[in-house]
Amino acid sequence: MICVEGVSHSIGKTEILHDISVEIPKGKVTALVGPNGAGKSTLLSLIGRLMPLQSGRISVDGADTVQTPSRDLARLMAILSQTNTLGSRLRVRELVAFGRWPHHQGRPTAEDVQQVNDALVALDLIALGDRFLEALSGGQRQRAFIAMALAQGADWLLLDEPLAALDMAFARRIMAQLVTLRAAGRSVVVVVHDINHAAVWADHIVAMKAGRIAAEGPPQAVCTSKVLGDIYGMDLRVTEIDGKPLVLHHL
Amino acid sequence: MRPTLILIGLLMPLTAASLLIGAAGIGMTGLFSDPHMALIMTVSRLPRTLAVILTGAALAVAGVVMQQMVRNRFVEPGTTGTAESAALGLLAVTLIAPEAPIWIKMVVASLAAMAGTALFLQLIRRLPPREFLLVPVVGLILSGVLGAVVTFIGWQTDLLQLISIWLMTGEFSGVIAGRYELLWLAAGAAALAWFAADQFSILSLGRETTTGLGLNPDAVMRLGLVVVSVVTALVIVTVGMIPFVGLVVPNIVARRMGDNLRRTLPVTAAGGATLVLACDILGRLVRFPYEVPVGTILGVVGSAIFLWLLYREPSGG
Repeated sequence: MICVEGVSHSIGKTEILHDISVEIPKGKVTALVGPNGAGKSTLLSLIGRLMPLQSGRISVDGADTVQTPSRDLARLMAILSQTNTLGSRLRVRELVAFGRWPHHQGRPTAEDVQQVNDALVALDLIALGDRFLEALSGGQRQRAFIAMALAQGADWLLLDEPLAALDMAFARRIMAQLVTLRAAGRSVVVVVHDINHAAVWADHIVAMKAGRIAAEGPPQAVCTSKVLGDIYGMDLRVTEIDGKPLVLHHL
Repeated sequence: MRPTLILIGLLMPLTAASLLIGAAGIGMTGLFSDPHMALIMTVSRLPRTLAVILTGAALAVAGVVMQQMVRNRFVEPGTTGTAESAALGLLAVTLIAPEAPIWIKMVVASLAAMAGTALFLQLIRRLPPREFLLVPVVGLILSGVLGAVVTFIGWQTDLLQLISIWLMTGEFSGVIAGRYELLWLAAGAAALAWFAADQFSILSLGRETTTGLGLNPDAVMRLGLVVVSVVTALVIVTVGMIPFVGLVVPNIVARRMGDNLRRTLPVTAAGGATLVLACDILGRLVRFPYEVPVGTILGVVGSAIFLWLLYREPSGG
């Protein structure tokens, strides 16, 4: 379980998060949703200790993210952040292999090579393994970064908008992949832009608005026209297909 | 592994040529029978050749480490104020304590280089991340300002000639046994970079990814700062700055092999050694038996290669 207690965060004078307390269940796929600027990425970055915690306390499976050595946290959780600008020329396989670094610190074992291979297969990247990242399309590159996070083999996978730049086939495939991971005993927290990916694939939804938790619960409870309409400030119709809520936000 | 083989294939005959070329004639046959020839070999030619190889390798490695640290291809220690700050430190110690032993000078120059490079790193952290061309521009401005300070003090104290060797035209003609051994330390610092190669590669993926993988980006930065500063300071103390090596060699290697430093660092080091050795030999031959400083040769050769790099199409997969 990820436990967030009384976390506030400001950048300059702007308060991004206001006294947030939330629990994210273990062994589930949890989706973080909310309008632009709600603080989803900030919350995820704080959980993933990518930014210093200004107030409050966050623990992942009981490990305090401030006190636990960063190297131990890297084996407990893998985080894919949104800013994946390339500073260097790496091949896809080399990038994904760096995901194993927390485990081998520079001396990869056969197990590490296998994990890298599995991640490449999962994201359909085997054929692109020896290509330079800069020679790939945005979506292919995004898949390479997801594969890197996957290869890290941590209990917790935190993904910030992994579906950005992906076509709908890969978007669905990745959500399905996350559900497979859950079946294998891992836990996933994913920021998604399209509410329906959350509605259909997630077990648990945490909805944020203006730096606060606006709603949380299973998709059936959160994805209603009342709750989502309040969060996004728009009229929404919600229907149901195969027992799953589907938000008709295009209409 | 092909690039490594090609470079070794080039480096070996160049080394042999470097041992044989010079004002005093040396023949393979006389080397063991003629004590005078043996003396020239052990006191002058061999130390010089080693100094060239060590300098070239260390500068190329320092260049690529710097580039990974700032995530920008267009910088090297000579264009980011590192060399000028090392020279400033060296100038200070030369003026305040001219009799200080060489290792004191080395330590002061290294510390000054670290301070100057740290200043550069602080400056570029404030730049908008997308403006990648601002990074080398800020580096050039900083090195220009520091260089002006060095020149002014040098002019006031009549040390300009010394400074022009430190900063502009490094050369190896003065290298004899006993006066180049510090360069082994520079090579040691470059070797340190190889042990941390993965960490520098990860650092170039950004602070967030680095943290996510359980590494402290600031710690990796500090290690890089030490490598770059020590290499630069030692090269300046012993032979003087040699331009372009740290810029062109890493760029050519990255084009062909990418930036996985664990794989590319040996090639980068061999490439730097080959380039500087070839230029040093050229400098000895163009107006034999006199010499042109290798820094001057590299200024010409290096800028030509750099222009070619800029205007060539990037190679793909």
